[in-house]
Amino acid sequence: MPKISLTVNGKTHTHEVEGRLLLVHYLRDTLGLTGTHVGCDTSSCGACTIHLDGKAIKSCSLLAAQADGSSITTIEGLAPDGELHPLQEGFKEEHGLQCGFCTPGMIMCAADLLSHNPDPSEQEIREGLEGNICRCTGYHNIVRAIQYAAQKSAVAV
Amino acid sequence: MSNKFIGKSVKRVEDKRFITGKGRYTDDIVLPGMTYAYILRSPYAHARIRSIDYSAAEAMQGVVTIMTGEEVGHYGVPCGWQVNFKNGDIMKEPPHPLLVKDKVRHVGDAVAMVVAETRELAQDAAEAIIIDYEVLSAITDASKAVLPGAPLVHDDVPNNICFDWEIGNPKAEVDEAMASAHHVTSLDFVNQRLSPNAMEPRSYIGQYDNVYDKYTLYTSTQNPHLIRLLMCAFVLGLPEHKVRVVGPDVGGGFGSKIYHYTEEALVTLASKKIGRPVKWTETRSEAFQTDAHGRDHVTHAEMGFDAQGNIVGLRIKTFANLGAYLSTFGTAVPTYLHGTLLQGLYTTPKIHLDMTCVFTHTTAVDAYRGAGRPEATFLLERLVDLAALEMGVDPAELRLKNFIPAFDGVTQPGYQTNVALQYDSGNYHSVLERGLEMLGYENFRKEQAEAAKTNKILGVGFSTYIEACGIAPSAVVGSLGARAGLYEVGQVRVQPTGKISVFTGAHSHGQGHETTFAQVVADRLGIPMEDVDIIHGDSDTVAFGMGTYGSRSLAVGGSAIVKSLDKIIEKGAKIAAHKLECSADDIEFKDGKFTVKGTDKSLSFGDIALTAYVPHVYPANLEPGLDFSSFYDPTNFTYPFGCHIAVVEIDKETGFTRVKRFIAVDDVGNVINPMIVDGQIHGGLAQGIGQALFEGVEFDENGQITNGSYMDYTMPRADDLPMFELDRQVTPCPHNPLGVKGAGEAGCIGSTPAVVNAVIDALWSAGHKVKDVRMPMTPERVWKAMQPA
Repeated sequence: MPKISLTVNGKTHTHEVEGRLLLVHYLRDTLGLTGTHVGCDTSSCGACTIHLDGKAIKSCSLLAAQADGSSITTIEGLAPDGELHPLQEGFKEEHGLQCGFCTPGMIMCAADLLSHNPDPSEQEIREGLEGNICRCTGYHNIVRAIQYAAQKSAVAV
Repeated sequence: MSNKFIGKSVKRVEDKRFITGKGRYTDDIVLPGMTYAYILRSPYAHARIRSIDYSAAEAMQGVVTIMTGEEVGHYGVPCGWQVNFKNGDIMKEPPHPLLVKDKVRHVGDAVAMVVAETRELAQDAAEAIIIDYEVLSAITDASKAVLPGAPLVHDDVPNNICFDWEIGNPKAEVDEAMASAHHVTSLDFVNQRLSPNAMEPRSYIGQYDNVYDKYTLYTSTQNPHLIRLLMCAFVLGLPEHKVRVVGPDVGGGFGSKIYHYTEEALVTLASKKIGRPVKWTETRSEAFQTDAHGRDHVTHAEMGFDAQGNIVGLRIKTFANLGAYLSTFGTAVPTYLHGTLLQGLYTTPKIHLDMTCVFTHTTAVDAYRGAGRPEATFLLERLVDLAALEMGVDPAELRLKNFIPAFDGVTQPGYQTNVALQYDSGNYHSVLERGLEMLGYENFRKEQAEAAKTNKILGVGFSTYIEACGIAPSAVVGSLGARAGLYEVGQVRVQPTGKISVFTGAHSHGQGHETTFAQVVADRLGIPMEDVDIIHGDSDTVAFGMGTYGSRSLAVGGSAIVKSLDKIIEKGAKIAAHKLECSADDIEFKDGKFTVKGTDKSLSFGDIALTAYVPHVYPANLEPGLDFSSFYDPTNFTYPFGCHIAVVEIDKETGFTRVKRFIAVDDVGNVINPMIVDGQIHGGLAQGIGQALFEGVEFDENGQITNGSYMDYTMPRADDLPMFELDRQVTPCPHNPLGVKGAGEAGCIGSTPAVVNAVIDALWSAGHKVKDVRMPMTPERVWKAMQPA
């Protein structure tokens, strides 16, 4: 079995993993980071979105072994303990979530979007979320949550 | 009473755990010694099982046990609603076994369950099971399944008819009204099958504790107590007090997690058999095959008008597809949740629905957001809009002419329909008038005329809906065949320090009960919201409950909590009167204080709570404690209504349809948290628009789902939808203490026909006088509608 060593939310982990183990299952089952969700089996829903070396990826479309040596951030590590990232705050303030299942993936995807485009238009936000499905909100308040975070981050800078 | 929280957009208290990744869904739960189940499913829609050989699988590494229909096939899940044939015969109710041993009846029918040390090993072993199938021909279309010679789903159900049913005025009277009509608009259409697609796949954990002889089932359900009742009393014959059912955080339901699914009973049985916890979580592909679907009606509908444009009659023939087996509410959806809504907002004097409910070789069909009511709204609103086009009158004017006049249900009686229901209160003209104002109707028609000359044509579609929700009065549903009561339970426990634990039988899977219910409790008791905890989803802590569906949580569950709060205040007043040395009648409770009327003598709510638990100075003959539980059984359904307006733009070259604007003016009665209500409407609109433009489960001639994944089934995504334009009107419900009607389904019920009507309107504006474009209205279908016949 391949041995992997990687950094997740600032902590280094070393494990022997089955070759076929998906990164999302490694995060959920081996590390117990269950904030990253599995909503489909075709890499279509985005519920498993995390950051790998600073980029948003779908953790169901990568083997754990392929993540060897990488640095990963999950929803649990997006903000220091007890604090909220502007996006987390935006989702709460603008009612950008209902059942919460797609939310971690949405937030991780939006964080990547804002890192490339700090002041996106409504259309750019909608296109940026194209890989993530929400069944509850109709996206209306997710768009507003991301606008909230963009504004808040702009003020902070 | 205070007025700090009700009516305010209080931010949700449950959000923190979800935005930080700390939500606890069933699949997140890991129990010591847990095993993992994989279910081997039929790849065929209809086949006889000649043999099952699992000897090789059983010997594989990590396999703990394998179960087949031979072992558990005598157990089956029940249907919760008995509907009889027109002639009084009882509906056909073939068994729905946990695992099939003789004949599979839809793709995804469960044949064997493998339990192993890991999910992957269970799947490996399942792949080593050899099943010899004799493949038989299958039927998936309900209107064809009733024809002579169609393959039978169940050998003892002739013509695949579960039952036939009718509602409304006598057929002869409706025929007469239609015969004398000045104009009849008729339409043949399919209200296509949808997959609910809650984002959390179904997940169950069975756990058996041999020390206490007790079972625990963790389940992604909308109604834990209902699952316990069904599984104990009707499936496994387990003693109910020895079974705990927990519905932890649940990632959306939309109806699909109401039902008692076979896998819930399977993991429960398996955990007892092996003495270890058993977890099963479906894949999305399995969800497409096994989560109950929605809609699937094939309909011929006619609406008759007199020369002045008044509706004189409505006549409908529908075949409703129930799938291969009866799901928990399956038989109620096309009948009592559908036929009873065919009055709509109109004064239609003569209505008749002839309904045939049919078995096919497909996934079971049951309630999906709206459940029967979207189908009713769809057929009414399509007919009215089409009639307006055919008669050359304005679709908004035609509606206003035929609407039921406003009534408040208090000083004026409720409105008795021709299809059994009595509407509680309504003011239908004003929601449409407000919608037209928001649209800027006159301007729009000018814009549309200009656009008709270009390649991007415009259309507007109206939909004015009513629904019956707040489900439901037990006596009424009992007389209609429901096998359960539909009250709700609310317990309010005042702790000695004045903090409040509320136990509700409703279940939140996105609706925000932890916030909305706390707003109600905090205001009624005049205390801070953070002093209130809303507890739900665990049959060991919550006394009982019927769960969340049919937009019932606040109207029924909230009312049960209010009943308990009233009892607490009444008892608190007795305690206060004793301490303040006056009569309880002289005590008034306001802003968290029990005060002697007309004086400044008062005791705080906290003082009274402590006294109730430290009853040293206490009324004689009064029990200590401050803890009440109430059952609330409503006297009627509630009837939200509204007006939805879609503006679409169609590219004539490609047929691509874009929703440019969507206006929704909804009246859901009183509103506790406007932010949450708007969120519910948004989500419903997206699902309704999804049906119109994107979604639909497709089967091939062998009964295979040809779009059973997110690669193929088009879910509405962020760039498919506009920002929604919402407004609200408030007509309080006259018969529950909160005056609320329910908001969970409204968006989904009204929106679909608005979009279809808008597409048809656009097509007519460009000279393409088609009656219908089949849903989902893909670019290909819309483009074809614009080509010369």
